[in-house]
Amino acid sequence: MSDYAVVGHSVYRKDAVQKATGQVLHVGNIEMPGMLHVAVLRSPYPHARIAGIDKARAQALAGVAAVLTGADVAAMPGVDPCFGPAFRDQPILAIDRVLHIGDPVVAVAALDRRLAEDALQLVDIDYEPLPPILDVLEAVKPEAPVLHPKLRPAGTFADLAHVRAGQSSNVCYHFKLRKGDVEKAFAEADRVFEDTFRSPPAQHVPMEPHVTLAYLDENQRINVWSATQTPSYVRTELSAIFGLPMSRIRVRVPYLGGGYGAKLYAKLEPLVTALALVTRRPVRYALTREEEFVTITKHGVVAKLKTAVKDGTITGRKCEVYWDTGAYAEIGPRIVHKSGYTSAGPYRMPNVWIDGYCVYTNKPPAGAFRGFGVPQVIWAYDSQMDIIARALGADPVEFRLRHALDEGEEFATGTPVQAFGLKPSIKQAAEAIEWSKPRPAKRGTKARGKGIAAGVKAVLTPSISGAIVTLSADGSVNILSSTVEMGQGAETMMAQIVAEELGVAFEQVHIVQPDTDITPYDTITAGSRSTYHMGNAVRMAAAKIKTELFAIVASKLEVNPEDLVARGARIYVRGSPERGMRISEAFLAKFGSLGTTLTGEAICQTMAMPMDPETGQSEKCTEYWFPSATAVELEVDTETGQVSILKFFAVGDAGTAINPKHCEQQLLGSAITHLGLTLFEEMVFDEGRLLNGSLLDYQIASVKDMPEDFRSIVVEVPHESGPFGAKGVGETGALTVSAAIANAVEDATGARIRELPLTPEKILRHLSALKPPRPAGKR
Amino acid sequence: MLEVLRDRLKLWSVREGCGVGACGTCTVLIDGRPVSSCLLLATRVAGREVVTVEGISQDGRLHFIQEAFIEQRALQCGYCTPGFILSVKALLEENPDPTEAEVREYLSGNLCRCAGYADILRAVRAAQEKIRSRTTGDQPKKQ
Repeated sequence: MSDYAVVGHSVYRKDAVQKATGQVLHVGNIEMPGMLHVAVLRSPYPHARIAGIDKARAQALAGVAAVLTGADVAAMPGVDPCFGPAFRDQPILAIDRVLHIGDPVVAVAALDRRLAEDALQLVDIDYEPLPPILDVLEAVKPEAPVLHPKLRPAGTFADLAHVRAGQSSNVCYHFKLRKGDVEKAFAEADRVFEDTFRSPPAQHVPMEPHVTLAYLDENQRINVWSATQTPSYVRTELSAIFGLPMSRIRVRVPYLGGGYGAKLYAKLEPLVTALALVTRRPVRYALTREEEFVTITKHGVVAKLKTAVKDGTITGRKCEVYWDTGAYAEIGPRIVHKSGYTSAGPYRMPNVWIDGYCVYTNKPPAGAFRGFGVPQVIWAYDSQMDIIARALGADPVEFRLRHALDEGEEFATGTPVQAFGLKPSIKQAAEAIEWSKPRPAKRGTKARGKGIAAGVKAVLTPSISGAIVTLSADGSVNILSSTVEMGQGAETMMAQIVAEELGVAFEQVHIVQPDTDITPYDTITAGSRSTYHMGNAVRMAAAKIKTELFAIVASKLEVNPEDLVARGARIYVRGSPERGMRISEAFLAKFGSLGTTLTGEAICQTMAMPMDPETGQSEKCTEYWFPSATAVELEVDTETGQVSILKFFAVGDAGTAINPKHCEQQLLGSAITHLGLTLFEEMVFDEGRLLNGSLLDYQIASVKDMPEDFRSIVVEVPHESGPFGAKGVGETGALTVSAAIANAVEDATGARIRELPLTPEKILRHLSALKPPRPAGKR
Repeated sequence: MLEVLRDRLKLWSVREGCGVGACGTCTVLIDGRPVSSCLLLATRVAGREVVTVEGISQDGRLHFIQEAFIEQRALQCGYCTPGFILSVKALLEENPDPTEAEVREYLSGNLCRCAGYADILRAVRAAQEKIRSRTTGDQPKKQ
């Protein structure tokens, strides 16, 4: 237990009671007089030209307020019909062409959803199908047709300042890292390992699908309620699209029924706002689950790794990583950049070459997914770490520990690592799974094995979080923050930090939910950044108030403000609690009136040194790192290929845990989600058509998939500039699951699978390929 | 049924997650049995008892299963929580002392993408404990 009164304690969530009673506010519960409902006609072709749209009959249907096409949106005065966080490549509704099955083409706003759906039946669209590009490796060939011949960088985010206009291929962003001389390393190597790893597109499946409500208020300002992880960004984007001052746009976000990256950047907001502007009525659009499947996905990735080994040590690695970003870039370039520079792993190697390609295809757009692309690259590099260790006859845990970067050593980017609990995470994982104990012999058809994987993610840098804290004379507090509560416990974290800083009770702190009229700018609620960035912002804002309070008390009691402490809703001299004042007394001393307030505002802005565009080198590429390790013990039925996870340990370095229980929940929850992604989740496409686009056909982990024995282990390596030493932990548990399970499958059966998910069919196929028994050590 | 509960009766604890009866966020109890309300025609439940989470707390006092979920922190985003609580209520009324395997089987129709299943399993055990101590007259253990 910490020395702090609130920080480091597992206090209960702020929102527990309203969630247990079902009374929590979601966008889907908000109703307004005269509100219209939306249905959208979507492309049945992966790639086609729109030759004509006849919407007259739909428009004539009673109860239909608007039937909108891409041409209608483009004709709205002052409107930019395209949006996107990296490139403005995505039209609000399709203009002249469609680029994936599910691309929105016509939107209807009507008195109710069924009526809107009926109206869509009356719309006739004439398509001329074009040949689609459905494979990421086909899309990069020089002869492939270019899907986006002209690209406009969005210019919204500082960390994407390097994306460039102009386009001569389907690669919309190419990340490069060059360190040392990798070809020399291959030439001098004793052994060279070459492997290709694949991971499929997948779904976020927040239980609450996307939903947005927009209306014009009495000032004709645009008001939006949306289930988004990025209220500040949505305001900026709507301002850019509709050519309005940001002060004329208000975005509010209540609790989210999960996000996991699906609800980042603009999704439904541009369309719903356009419909509200056209109809002058409130409009709400809630996606069906089937629409959700074609709205945003997790990137499918092909990663080719080539690794040089000399004298049992890795000397160089070349990574070629192809990211299928689908029909629109979405945030793909940021993912390819941030995950790109970690593609070779957190291991010591003098020579590294990385090419990461963000590639357009005629599939639904891919975006951020809990882990931001890093699970896909760790799947590749930490599967290969095991392959190499086994081929060399080295112990996989010892092999990782021997190569793992130590504090202060340079990452492949040339950035020294800091607060880097990688080795402790690997060691704790190995200890939990009793790595050194011998495996039990195969019983019947059941083969047992253990697996470990490790890896690291770096936080998005630069980024910005602003916060305002208001202390009232009675010692109660309001926090104004644009951090979105989507289940991760951010509200509780902020309240704990501010309660600690001001010495007030946790229960006295209220969080004002994101509202761009009153809550300051925040880059994004994602990427395990809120505890560090917003935690620092609310702490600094509270500290400013504390400084004012101390000045009041110091002058009143004639003491030095530096000797004062705030605790128990009192300000007193350290070591002499009787020499002090209640917060309420300090307020009365200053203002002489009841109900007064003190306000503090602060911004936490992290900075990076821009990377060299040719070599990816930077003295500081990130503000902090979160190391992860997973350990599993499993059983494979060699007759059916079925995997049963017996023991499962999710290990991660969170820095100081502000709320240890919530850190454990984040580690385990993200890990169990990725257990499902590893064993069975996959969006299956045939000719660009999704074959399993509903929850009947697309399975996610249920309580039945929980291992028998599981635990999360929080490693705490404090960060010197984190709030109370905290970093972030929202994605850490997700990062290393897939490789750990594949490594355990090989440990159990000898089958090495390089393509996710690890289905029974694949395992059986590999097992039958192993007969006759594979020659030892041959690759 | 889901549309009647939400759009007409404004019972917001009942939520659509998939529309095909696969996720459990729209679970309601019909004569005590958990049912996916998205698959049910409202006319089919004429004369039968329909219970949502709004109906299980009395006079502002939480139901003991709700308390167990809060005490065991068995909720994160909370979207699936009402459905889980109703399924647990039906389970424990059918079988006050289920085995772990029976709990897992019974709750497999409710999905949680925060994957807080470990906490949910603990909440079920805590609720079982509450029933046990109630029937034996003991006070529930302080969490």
